[in-house]
Amino acid sequence: MNAILEVRGATRRFGGLTAVDSVSFDVPERGVTAVIGPNGAGKTTLFNLIAGSMPPSEGAILLSGNEVTTLPSEARAGLGLVRTFQLVKLFQELTALENVKVGFHLRTRGGLIAALLRPRWQRQSEREVEERAKALLELVGLSAIADSSASALPYGQQRLLEIARAMASGPRVLLLDEPAAGLNAEESERLARTVRRIAADGVAVLLIEHDMKLVMDIADEVVVLDYGRKIAQGTPDAVRRDPAVIAAYLG
Amino acid sequence: MAVRSGGIGGRAASIGVWVVSASIVGYAFIFGGYLSTIVAFALIYAIFVSGLNVFMGLTAQVSFGQSAFAAIGGYSSAVMTTTYGWAPLPAMLCGLVAALVAAFLIGFPTLRLKGHYLAMATLAIGLIVYEIAVEWESVTQGYMGISGIPPLGVGSLEATSDRQILLTLSALTVLVAFAMSRIRQSRLGRAFAAVAGSEEAASALGINVARYKLVSFLLAAGLASISGSLFVHVVGYVSPEVFGLHMVVLAFTMIYIGGLGTVAGPIIGALIVSLLPEMFRGLSESQDLAYGLTLIVILIYAPKGLVGLAKTFDTWRSQ
Ligand SMILES: Nc1ncnc2c1ncn2[C@@H]1O[C@H](COP(=O)(O)OP(=O)(O)OP(=O)(O)O)[C@@H](O)[C@H]1O
Ligand SMILES: [Mg+2]
Repeated sequence: MNAILEVRGATRRFGGLTAVDSVSFDVPERGVTAVIGPNGAGKTTLFNLIAGSMPPSEGAILLSGNEVTTLPSEARAGLGLVRTFQLVKLFQELTALENVKVGFHLRTRGGLIAALLRPRWQRQSEREVEERAKALLELVGLSAIADSSASALPYGQQRLLEIARAMASGPRVLLLDEPAAGLNAEESERLARTVRRIAADGVAVLLIEHDMKLVMDIADEVVVLDYGRKIAQGTPDAVRRDPAVIAAYLG
Repeated sequence: MAVRSGGIGGRAASIGVWVVSASIVGYAFIFGGYLSTIVAFALIYAIFVSGLNVFMGLTAQVSFGQSAFAAIGGYSSAVMTTTYGWAPLPAMLCGLVAALVAAFLIGFPTLRLKGHYLAMATLAIGLIVYEIAVEWESVTQGYMGISGIPPLGVGSLEATSDRQILLTLSALTVLVAFAMSRIRQSRLGRAFAAVAGSEEAASALGINVARYKLVSFLLAAGLASISGSLFVHVVGYVSPEVFGLHMVVLAFTMIYIGGLGTVAGPIIGALIVSLLPEMFRGLSESQDLAYGLTLIVILIYAPKGLVGLAKTFDTWRSQ
């Protein structure tokens, strides 16, 4: 299958530390790819390079075959590359529903004039945004707290809300940084179902995860990082039996 | 259903605040006199502060130099009407364009940088514009100022009496408040809120952070310019002192007393902060003390301003 995202020798140095060291892999157009590795392995840094949150020291990122290495993150989002954050970054002053509505920014139009005059097309678009935002809250099981302030939500719900918000922008590649961290068993199950559903709808999902059970459950392909280097790649089963992976996790 | 505990929607809560504001203006309208002058100035401030509120409240940025844009509006109005014989409205428009150009020139380079470059740049422009107003005597007449500025009006319709002025300013204030509430509940307002909430998350969702900061800054500068023009047309006179740093301090007080980021906040804030010194006038020496104490008490018991207080009261009642 064609690769929608290609990481080519991505490297990022912080002073003397090489947090990501010539990592290469492809993310196929469909399916769930997981990035795993011990703490400090460079997973989040790799995401930062892919999403454009920081420039790589070396290497290239290609989206649908086009190089995006020098594009700022908002431009990459415009091309369908959207991420969530390991430390959830919600808009705290807004309600859950409003947070998701912000996510529709790329898929809607309207500036000052539209805001002031509220022409018919604008009202129509606002109605659609409202409906679709509610549908996304439903998808992640947060309909009941639509009008609660984002800052008032328990951590697990904040994570799910961030995913709903990212989905609102209509991504082709969705990057999830430890989406299950802080989720209880029920929420975790809901997350797994949601991710599978998103992938089934044709979005390529790339996720960082520590919870091996979840990874085995939902990933089609696993990339393993250790000290910034890719030490293994393959199906969950193959990776689990890989001696290098076992050594990295136990040693 | 969970109780609505935040967000940009909530309207019922501020009804009480609107009633109080309207009563103050209505009282001034009926009884006229000195009070009506104070309320008129307060309404001009309400427009100025509403603009600042877009930048500081909705977008969570800082500017210390909004007085500069008021000065640009005010002086453009003054010079164009007295020296060149323009009508007030085109003169005001000229000021608006000048203020927007100035804001663009300052905002465009500084707003793309991370950090407080804009706040510093705005502090500088406040001082620079003040200096220009003082030094460029051939145009501004320096410290002497410009007098004989015609009143607000369109064609033969002029607002000259206290009541006409109050009516015109009230209408404009309501219009600005209406615009603010529409902006808040729009794609544009959500983009501002996103920038305020998390720049990283905003750009991860495709929002061009620098551009929306600039739009927000231009809106603030535009409203500042209009309020500067209104001021000189109402007073008939302008001098450099009118748009000094004290204007910024007063505006900050009003925005925090009223409620940062709310629609009604700048209006109630402007009215209360303008009227408080008058209420304490009888206290002569201790007047400033009473004024300061009252402000502190409000900020302690209503850290989210008077609108925030009204909302808290509302939530508490509905539980
Ligand atoms: N902005 C930065 N400046 C300096 N060093 C950094 C920066 N970001 C990450 N690092 C370092 O790079 C290494 C990789 O960090 P990273 O956050 O990518 O790891 P991770 O695999 O996501 O870990 P975790 O599982 O704990 O989230 C760490 O040693 C970290 O201290
Ligand atoms: Mg990490």
